[in-house]
Amino acid sequence: MGLLLLLVGYFLGLYFFGSGIGGLIIALVVWGVMSLVAFFRGGNILLTLSRAKKISRDDHPRLYNVVEEMKIASGLEKMPDIYIIDDPALNAFATGRDPNRAAVAITSGLLQKLNRDQLQGVIAHEISHIKNRDVLLMAITAVLLGTIVILAWYATRILFFSSMAGGRRSSSSGGGSGQLIILAVGIVLIILAPIMAQLIYFAISRKREYLADASSALYTRYPEGLASALEKLAASTSQLKSANKATAPMYIINPFRKKGMRASNLTSTHPPISERIRILRSMAGGASFANYDQSYRQVHKADKGVIARSALTTVEPVSLRAATPEAGEGEPDQIQRARDTSAVLWQLSSYKTINCACGTKLRVPPKFKQSKIKCPHCGRINPI
Amino acid sequence: MAWYIIVGVIVILIIVVLIATYNKLVRLRNQVKNAWAQIDVQLKRRHDLIPNLIETVKGYMKHERETLEAITKARNLAQQAASSGPGARAKAETELSSALGRLLAVVENYPDLKANQNFLALQEELTSTENKLSFSRQYYNDSVLSYNNRTQMFPSNIVASMTGFKASEFFEVSVAEEREAPKVSFP
Repeated sequence: MGLLLLLVGYFLGLYFFGSGIGGLIIALVVWGVMSLVAFFRGGNILLTLSRAKKISRDDHPRLYNVVEEMKIASGLEKMPDIYIIDDPALNAFATGRDPNRAAVAITSGLLQKLNRDQLQGVIAHEISHIKNRDVLLMAITAVLLGTIVILAWYATRILFFSSMAGGRRSSSSGGGSGQLIILAVGIVLIILAPIMAQLIYFAISRKREYLADASSALYTRYPEGLASALEKLAASTSQLKSANKATAPMYIINPFRKKGMRASNLTSTHPPISERIRILRSMAGGASFANYDQSYRQVHKADKGVIARSALTTVEPVSLRAATPEAGEGEPDQIQRARDTSAVLWQLSSYKTINCACGTKLRVPPKFKQSKIKCPHCGRINPI
Repeated sequence: MAWYIIVGVIVILIIVVLIATYNKLVRLRNQVKNAWAQIDVQLKRRHDLIPNLIETVKGYMKHERETLEAITKARNLAQQAASSGPGARAKAETELSSALGRLLAVVENYPDLKANQNFLALQEELTSTENKLSFSRQYYNDSVLSYNNRTQMFPSNIVASMTGFKASEFFEVSVAEEREAPKVSFP
């Protein structure tokens, strides 16, 4: 993909300035500036755009604990920040350019829907994006893609208008058949480069998703957790309000997915969910990368796996663990989870909670100035 | 002249490989150390939670004196074993795990206790600490495995034996004991 950028830059320079080097420099400068912005501000931009709110351990102990468990399982050195997005859509993402500055974010909708095992699977998927440095990788490729698209777009505009004006800038410098060939190759490249770059980008993104699924199974030793979480995600069709195209690969499922989308094609950032579930569910033998790879080959009926050869060296079997019993040992049910989640959201928007003696919970907005409030149920006057 | 250059290049290559192998070994050994420290943190956290748990539960569970005493005893034994090696420690901690498991299993019989906010928070902490413990054990054992493989496999074993890297001990929990479902008997 970097090569594509250099080629585009070179031909642009060759055409407009008479030498490839000038174009190369422009391409690299544009790319450099964009990368720096993405590198230093990327994570914050994403979190700000999605209006995510940072939580601490006391806000939601269960979520915090699950993230910490996965941090330990993956061997991350620093605890990532945790954010909640107030959105009924079901999704989650990871961000941060290196493992020491990482964050995971989850929508309130998803937090309510998932039980502990499923939450663990989803968080493990996100943590492995952090651990495998996918955030940085995808940011670099996205910026590269953006640069190519921008350069190609301007180049086609300029070519189009200069030909309308009836003069080619380089026509004065002699020309001939060599010039024509360069022109032809350049035009074809400028048209094809953005498309090719996009396809490469999607391919990389899908591969990292598979790797994150495999890592999730490895960390939790329980692929069924992520599989059933994905099943719940697949059943919901509400789209995330704040997602955008550039950040799509960081989410656990494609935020722009439409119902019945045939996603096994080349133009998707994520593999189809049904396929991801099938792979996870056919991991019968164990939870290692080798098991995932074998399961992938079985589902695709292909010889080629999806995990890099170098990661498949350990031959030690990794055994699966048993499921935590549903609704066992103080596991909150869905109603309780919904209550917990909304309590966190109220608190994060600095509402005060007052427990009235009749059992009603009063949520007092921060703008409320009076020192007493009347309970709408029983009429008791409560001090704030 | 050409021979000198070839020999020189080979010698330099060997030195580079030796240094790289040594550094890899150091990195893996540090990883094992860190993983062990993480287990230590979680074990300590569990020991700290137990007096709190007993205090909360005592008022509700009049008939479970034996279970509670067993937990306290197992905790004291585990704390004493804290300074010994992974093997002895794992044994003491497994005792404690199963004693705790017995307590959490009988909680179902005490609806008042299940409604207690303090207890619910403690239960979440305990469950999570158990999980963290098993995940840190998992990570520790994975780290030990890759470290031991390095110290024992050719050619890195040569560097390891020259510079004094020794294989580490796994943190094993007798699986049968841990997986055993807690028995609840009704008189």
